Amino acid sequence: MPYISHTDRQRAQMLAEIGLKPEDLFSDIPPSLRCRPLNLPEGLSEQEVRSRLAAIASKNYIHLTCFLGGGFYDHFIPAAVYALTSRSEFYTAYTPYQPEVSQGTLQAIYEFQSVICRLTEMEASNASLYDGGTALYEAMMMALRLTRRNKVIVDDSVNPIYRVMLHSYTRNLKIELTETENAGGLANREAIRRALDEQTAAVIVQNPNFFGCIDDFTDLAEAAHSKGALLIVSCYPISLGILKTPGAMGADIVTGEGQSLGLPMCFGGPYLGFMATRKEYVRQMPGRIVGQTTDAQGRRGFVLTLQAREQHIRRDKATSNICSNEALCALTALVYLCLLGKEGLRETAQLCADKASYAYQRLTAIPGVRPHFPAQWFFNEMVLDLPCEAAEAAAKLIERGYAAGFPLSRYYKGMNNSLLIAVTEKRTKQEIGMLAEELEAIL
Amino acid sequence: MKLVFEKSSAGRRGLRIPKSDVPTSIHLKKEYLRAQPAALPELSELDVVRHFTELSRRNYGVDTNFYPLGSCTMKYNPKVCERIASYPGFAHLHPLLPQLRGGGMLTQGALEVLYETDLMLREICGMAAFTMQPMAGAHGELTGIMMMAAYHRDRGNHKTTVLVPDSAHGTNPASAAIAGYTVKTVPSDEHGCMSLSALKAMLNEETAGIMLTCPNTLGLFNPHVKEICELVHSVDGLAYYDGANLNAIVGKVRPGDLGFDIVHVNLHKTFATPHGGGGPGAGPVGVVEKLVDYLPVSVVVKREDGTYALEYNRPKSIGYIAPFYGNFGVILRAYVYLLMLGREGLERVAENAVLNANYIKEKLKPYYDLPHPGICKHECVLSAARQVKESGVHALDIAKALIDAGFHPPTMYFPTIVKESLMIEPTECESKETLDAFIEAMIAIAQKARTEPETLKAAPMTTPVGRLDETKAARELNIACL
Repeated sequence: MPYISHTDRQRAQMLAEIGLKPEDLFSDIPPSLRCRPLNLPEGLSEQEVRSRLAAIASKNYIHLTCFLGGGFYDHFIPAAVYALTSRSEFYTAYTPYQPEVSQGTLQAIYEFQSVICRLTEMEASNASLYDGGTALYEAMMMALRLTRRNKVIVDDSVNPIYRVMLHSYTRNLKIELTETENAGGLANREAIRRALDEQTAAVIVQNPNFFGCIDDFTDLAEAAHSKGALLIVSCYPISLGILKTPGAMGADIVTGEGQSLGLPMCFGGPYLGFMATRKEYVRQMPGRIVGQTTDAQGRRGFVLTLQAREQHIRRDKATSNICSNEALCALTALVYLCLLGKEGLRETAQLCADKASYAYQRLTAIPGVRPHFPAQWFFNEMVLDLPCEAAEAAAKLIERGYAAGFPLSRYYKGMNNSLLIAVTEKRTKQEIGMLAEELEAIL
Repeated sequence: MKLVFEKSSAGRRGLRIPKSDVPTSIHLKKEYLRAQPAALPELSELDVVRHFTELSRRNYGVDTNFYPLGSCTMKYNPKVCERIASYPGFAHLHPLLPQLRGGGMLTQGALEVLYETDLMLREICGMAAFTMQPMAGAHGELTGIMMMAAYHRDRGNHKTTVLVPDSAHGTNPASAAIAGYTVKTVPSDEHGCMSLSALKAMLNEETAGIMLTCPNTLGLFNPHVKEICELVHSVDGLAYYDGANLNAIVGKVRPGDLGFDIVHVNLHKTFATPHGGGGPGAGPVGVVEKLVDYLPVSVVVKREDGTYALEYNRPKSIGYIAPFYGNFGVILRAYVYLLMLGREGLERVAENAVLNANYIKEKLKPYYDLPHPGICKHECVLSAARQVKESGVHALDIAKALIDAGFHPPTMYFPTIVKESLMIEPTECESKETLDAFIEAMIAIAQKARTEPETLKAAPMTTPVGRLDETKAARELNIACL
């Protein structure tokens, strides 16, 4: 039997030693509550399972050249990332409840918190959350607690997948969630200022936003603060290799999806939510937090800290119901950022922007293809309007081997012809040129 | 040990970034740029490899040490699951692909994994359908309570309260509270199970539902669990099964047969996916027929032609609780594990997990207090109350002394209804030799508590750091190296 070491003889011996019969082990369960034998298949050998799963994996078509983004990106992952994160001392451990035998995990989380702060120019980070969407939801809840208000404003240039999550999570709560419609591809200043009032807990924006447009929210931070509200910024960590940081803009809570930092796309997870804030707000931050301390001999060590915020102490009064984090994914992001280093991240971000800019030139040179937001700067993702329905064009390009982008009609009215195209450092000049040729051919 | 930042040296590189092959070099508007590059460490690849290898050696994991952390089911994580999760056909799949026209046919393998895992979990739990989206047990709880709320809203019920036992994990009351409910705690009776009379007194028209772990955190199976579900149903409440302890009864008892309406399972516990040092996990949620319409979107369905598809048009759904289809990589590992074990293997899981827990309990009974004698399920809860009284040695000291003996300590001080508790969950994977060595260490510690308690107070001695000053960590609050 796989993964069980006892032989029948040993089982009998153990039972005899403690004076029990085999049937005693489940004698506490009334027979009427026992189930019929499960209708499941017979177990397989490793050899059989591997060939079956290889066949299933082959039904997934991964050979499309990927220009699909939408917050989830096909970035390069150095070999050393997996070599280190697949060390079983990391992945077969649990939450570091016993710090003396968990210094590896704890120090890594402390270092992760540090790189997130350095990346976003914020003062405090937690140990990570499930993903960028739940991180944004947790940030919203944190702002509601901090301000003791009940209204939240979110611009529709924030990832629509995250916005529908915010709506789902708040359906049973007394929270007023107001959406503003972007103005020409950027967060709508006028509408946000109009909606901001003394009941507003937070304004939620994203940079680069879902359309790939770059924004500077310094004015929005001031506007929010003047009404006693907080500014929450969701961001794309790779872009912070070159872009102005949420911290420099005056953001109060910063969240994001860390998938781009060394995690494979893996059909949607496991991913990595991150969250950073000002030091003064740290006691309302959800999730695990690791802090530095010393032992009796003065040696530096790390422990889970500020646990009085958490569910295992505070139960129904906790800042969040969250118990774990995404520790292994946080480790992955940390290793990735250490390998790239200061210059490597800057160069990677610049390369993404350069290649996207080249793609923009090539694609907008096609007759009938125009930028949807011509006045805006973009990082590595852009909205182009095609002379036909974008979903149809994308479907045709799939047949030609390209995941050309994400049609926006699913989430935005009146954008039936708009395609959201992402370009990472992995895309070559040739691939971009081929996409342009294929797109021109199908139009 | 130095921090990674303290090993940094200006100008060092760990990775060569390819030269740009495009003619453009975009100069973004200056006000959009950061003033200085992010202060990431500058290291060679070997520096990075050494640093993280050294860190890894400062951890206990299941692969290095017996890890009987109660309520966490630290079983062995089969290597084949890791191998298959790294197959490019799974790892390189973009989550938006099936949302493109025609894209669903390009992700049939992934959808098959989600659908087939759902089917197996239905059979194991006796539920009508699962959502695979929740990314942890606590996330599953929140999802389940949101469905509970949607059900009551639909029926026009005015429900305000969720009941949880005093032995519940902290996530239960926290999840119910965050979903907007008031939480009331039901006390345990003298047998360590939920008091039926207290429950009857607390149940009323405002009761939205109850959350139960079964067996509970004392490792005890409540024989009245079916009656509890019926009582909750009598006020049109729903019964939520917290699957944290499913390992004890998998293949023996199905929550659906007991009367539960909503179930979450922790794939990282019962179904052997790695705990990752605290995530990523997965907490799929199953529901009975009357709640199927409330499941989050999207839902994976199998069409008549045998192909799989995602369904979004579900008017009664609670909506989106995750960006995509859950922690796919974790679900995939659990699927592989289930295929490996099959029906017979799954039945052996509970039998051996329960045998191991009872073996430890009976062997240690003479040396430690056992507040709830009798058959336990997958874990047993001992108390160090005797040691505290006799020599001032606490559960904490025993835990730290176990580290020096080469074992990860059990869960301590939980459940809180037992004083000085040590909650031991050996899992089915451990050999008799390992259990005997652990028992021997626990007996030696009990003896030392009488003869030389001060040595236990000084433990652990064998670790890179000794006991750490948690008060100082909270007071000085250094949570980032800036």
